[in-house]
Amino acid sequence: MANTSQHDRQNPAFYALLVALIFMSIGPVILLFVNSFKLDVDIISGGSGLFFLPTIQNYETALCDILWYEPEHLDFCAIRFGGAFINSLIIALVSTVLTLIIGCMAAYALVRFRFIGREPISFATLAVRMVPPAVLLVPVFGLWNNAFCIDNATLVGGWIRDVFGGRGDVCLAGTHMGIILIYIAMNLPFVIWILQSFIVQVPRSLEEAARVDGAGPFQVFFLVVLPLIKPGLAAAAIFTFRIAWNEYLLASALADRNTMTVPILIVNNTSEFNVEWGVIMATGMLLAIPPIIFTLFASRQIITGMTAGAVKG
Amino acid sequence: MNRQSLNRLTPYFFMAPAAVIMAIALFYPLLYMMFGSFRAWDPSQRLNETDFVGLANYTKLLRDEAFLESVTVTLTFAGTVVVAEMLIGVGLALLLDRKIRGMSVLRTLFILPMMIAPVVVGLVWRFMYHPTDGIFNRWLSALGLGRVDWLGDHALMSVIIADIWQWTPFIFILSLAALQSLPRTALEAARIDGATGWQQIVHIKLPLMAPVLIVTFLLRLIDAFKVLEVILVMTEGGPGLSTEILALRIARTAQEFRELGEAAAMSNYLLLLLMVLTLGMFAFTRWQEARAQRLNAVKQEEG
Repeated sequence: MANTSQHDRQNPAFYALLVALIFMSIGPVILLFVNSFKLDVDIISGGSGLFFLPTIQNYETALCDILWYEPEHLDFCAIRFGGAFINSLIIALVSTVLTLIIGCMAAYALVRFRFIGREPISFATLAVRMVPPAVLLVPVFGLWNNAFCIDNATLVGGWIRDVFGGRGDVCLAGTHMGIILIYIAMNLPFVIWILQSFIVQVPRSLEEAARVDGAGPFQVFFLVVLPLIKPGLAAAAIFTFRIAWNEYLLASALADRNTMTVPILIVNNTSEFNVEWGVIMATGMLLAIPPIIFTLFASRQIITGMTAGAVKG
Repeated sequence: MNRQSLNRLTPYFFMAPAAVIMAIALFYPLLYMMFGSFRAWDPSQRLNETDFVGLANYTKLLRDEAFLESVTVTLTFAGTVVVAEMLIGVGLALLLDRKIRGMSVLRTLFILPMMIAPVVVGLVWRFMYHPTDGIFNRWLSALGLGRVDWLGDHALMSVIIADIWQWTPFIFILSLAALQSLPRTALEAARIDGATGWQQIVHIKLPLMAPVLIVTFLLRLIDAFKVLEVILVMTEGGPGLSTEILALRIARTAQEFRELGEAAAMSNYLLLLLMVLTLGMFAFTRWQEARAQRLNAVKQEEG
């Protein structure tokens, strides 16, 4: 090959295959996007699907509870997607931030220090990485509703109930914090493990130099190590956010009317016989937007995260 | 406290938050579930009010036809999906491992299906499979062919196709990365010796990629047992039990039938299966690393 820096010339059939692959992989997403701007009438009857009058009515219906104006086609706001959207956002963001902070501290300890209990912790972290949400469903449902409650007869429980209202015991179930807690726990093993592979690469000499200059271990960690593992943090953040944002099962077991997240709403609205396709597709599109943005702007970090996963099983 | 003992405590300060959270929200629940799986457990009861029933939940499940059906469905689903994805993914990677313009764009577009919420994936595919309005049946009738009742008569196959759509890119991207990190010298040598493209693939590329491929296979297999939302939205496990995978069965046993003890026993079966796979993967990578070290040592001695 004479000019290796140039791109190879390919057979036209090869490009046809590429186009077909791209069409297959993003076709369904485009279908979702297009249909979210159609009225149900157009979705059901629409021939080829490209000739229609785009409308944002579906989005208005979906977001009716947080819009500052009242959409004229609606007289009653049935799908409260707006509130769910805010819940999803709170839960996903808080759990991502906390998971990252807690996770990178733990990863740092596991990589850099020799201490009693290091081996078992490291092994346990690795072993529980594959625990599926479905397995956690039963215990989490039981614990969050019973064991992890503060009895309202006690001082603290009574105080919380007086301040925030509500009946019965104060439980983790039905609160944002309850869902966030299980998401953090679920994501920690993966985050710890992926950050380990990044922290190992930070040269020790840098940390020692900082220590000689009089920095304490926490200063070394936050001022020297963290800035150097930014790519790893980005990858871990995206994967954590994705799980917290997309998860349905545990959220559905823990959430109540006020803490419902978007995936729950979508599932509830598709299990009916007559699905309102337009509105539900608009909701799905809104749920898909953050992951799409991540993919378009941080695909390199995502690929790094994924390949690190396979190469260092 | 003097400085030295403070230093000795540092790792524990770093480790503590993660250890505490994982202990209360991951390990304790898992133990709680194992404990609960030996009990007749109703959602209205607290666990310590329940009766100990020994292995009754486990043995009952082994005689429960719906559970066994769901195990079969799960194994069929996971097996088919992973094999198909491996074949297509590795095949595409071998085919597309060339210097072409816009490869990074291609990879970006391929990741998209994996990043989108499973709930949304299920939604779109359910719409595409719609008996009258779905895109597949429209195309079929435009071609003059009969309609197919995708989510009715062929539910499991349809669900498998959707999963293949979503996860083949994962295998594609990992095997492409493996291919591109192969030692160029081996390929060069083969080319000089006159190996055809096919021979290069069979005798050089695939054997060299094997370690990554095995780990990828296991990772994907573990994930295939976790799939839930896509199927829930597309078919809700139906028609009948034809797509009711284990994860879905657990959720239904707990939430609809309100048999927590049985659901816990079921979760334990699933957990056991996944644990075996994970430990297998773990052992394999350890073995790989040890072998690489030995090879290095040999090389250094010779050099």
